Amino acid sequence: MIKITLITLALLISSPMSLADTLYITLEKDNALAVVDGETGKLLKTAPLGQRPRGIALSEDETQLYVAASDDDTIQIIDIKTLKVVGNLPAGEDPETFRLHPAGQFIYVSNEDDNIVTVIDVDKKEAVTEIAVGVEPEGIAVSDDGQWVVNTSETTNMVHWIDPVSNTIKDNTLVDPRPRAAAFSTNGSALYVTSEIAGTLSKLNVDTKQVETKIGFKIPGVDKELIQPVGVLVHPNDKLLFVALGPANRVAVVNMQTFKVEKYLLVGQRVWNLAFSPDLKRLYTTNGVSNDISIVDVASLKVTKSVRVGHYPWGIAVKK
Amino acid sequence: MTLTHGVIALKGIIKRELWRFLRQRERFIAALVRPLVWLFVFAAGFRSTLGIAIIPPYETYILYEVYIAAGLIGMIQLFNGMQSSLSMVYDREMGSMKTLLVSPLPRWFLLTGKLLAGTFVSILQAYVFLLIAWFYDIQAPWLGYVTLFPALVLAGLMLGALGMLLSSFIKQLENFAGVMNFVIFPMFFMSTALYPLWKIKESSELLFTLASYNPFSQAIELIRFALYGQFNLYAFVYTLVAFVVFMMIAVWGYNPSKGMMVKKGGGPR
Repeated sequence: MIKITLITLALLISSPMSLADTLYITLEKDNALAVVDGETGKLLKTAPLGQRPRGIALSEDETQLYVAASDDDTIQIIDIKTLKVVGNLPAGEDPETFRLHPAGQFIYVSNEDDNIVTVIDVDKKEAVTEIAVGVEPEGIAVSDDGQWVVNTSETTNMVHWIDPVSNTIKDNTLVDPRPRAAAFSTNGSALYVTSEIAGTLSKLNVDTKQVETKIGFKIPGVDKELIQPVGVLVHPNDKLLFVALGPANRVAVVNMQTFKVEKYLLVGQRVWNLAFSPDLKRLYTTNGVSNDISIVDVASLKVTKSVRVGHYPWGIAVKK
Repeated sequence: MTLTHGVIALKGIIKRELWRFLRQRERFIAALVRPLVWLFVFAAGFRSTLGIAIIPPYETYILYEVYIAAGLIGMIQLFNGMQSSLSMVYDREMGSMKTLLVSPLPRWFLLTGKLLAGTFVSILQAYVFLLIAWFYDIQAPWLGYVTLFPALVLAGLMLGALGMLLSSFIKQLENFAGVMNFVIFPMFFMSTALYPLWKIKESSELLFTLASYNPFSQAIELIRFALYGQFNLYAFVYTLVAFVVFMMIAVWGYNPSKGMMVKKGGGPR
């Protein structure tokens, strides 16, 4: 009896326990939210959203979702249990990408048409200020310590360093053409910026605000024009980072120490945004044109499956 | 026939086939070079050919070389099956076939033994090919390499039986070129080895129908699914039935009183 119990216990311990997670994905064309089981990739349900939903984030207490409904010029607040819209945030015109400051009170959203970054107080549900930035602001990133907010402007080709205390620009860095997305390293020493037209990934030193180094991407059998780096995601261990390469249908795995591409993962068409499962075992990619998401096993760096979720999946938020 | 007799005969047949294979080192290399050239040269130019459809057993997007790998394993077995048919024609011309067939053991048993020996050789080649392919980033789940084995046995037997059937119809060694032109090439190109059925259907309905009913297609699909730890029942039944039919005709063909041996005057009297 003891033997059996021990064997059962050993099996339980040795079996890879994976925590189930839920994915919330905005469907740009369906004007809807797809709810997907992270482990199986099964579409659980869809719920209606405002027009052209793109950026998405969980509230700090994970009870609500914020969704940028671009054509409705608002950020919708969704109750995560009922999936109903329970409020709106004044997000300015055509909000697309936004980030929640780690303190949980302020949202920074880029307004592409107005060349501004709007700062929203989530508690008061009002816009606090507007920060004038370069032409066509796009990517937003916030450092883990909350010290820096950066915004990339696609046409000015700049990274704007915003001080979240004074909400003013402290510095600007010129980067390669059409900077799309940015991500800080977990230790906060580096900022990674993708440039869509140049097809490069730049590493910026956070102290000096200068470009330290940059790399291009080369995939056998894929035209250089199709390699358009967009979404970028840093693994919390600061060893690997992942870059979505848009119409190249690949995600590049970059070694953060050597700053070289280790592998290209074949995913769906026009891969855009990326997210990890809470246990960091899986990486999820939204593939706009092929209407699906791909699931990557992070340990083996292999794409395990691709699952249809709806038309034009764009943003993704993951909840435990 | 006692069990001991059977085992001794089977051992002898397999040993002879293995010896023949191992001594012809160039045959082993040629058997590997052929699919590897297809993999490294042909497939390299078609990396994005399959477009966006995800077809079972694959659960995500794959490169063309991943798709073609199962077809190339089929190719190894197809050529091996034909190679053994060639060696049987040779055996017949040289007279060693007579020695085999005059033994007191049943004909079907002797032919099955020869078939098993040939299949064993093709399985060895297939696994060496997969080992090389592994380093080319064509990697199936570990379990797939185990579940592949029975699929390779059945596919190998079916293609071997086809070769045996053909060998009973071929009069002389020189006629083997005809087998290449009229059997191997059409079978290979009109199958799912190079393109999936949906892709073939896009270009020609006729080709789609031919490829669907081609037993070689079904053998490949059986292999493809097995390599990913899945069982394709339709492909399994189709391949099994094809094997039984080919084998029955082959046994009949090698019957000295009824089959092709009489017509050719080559059977033992």
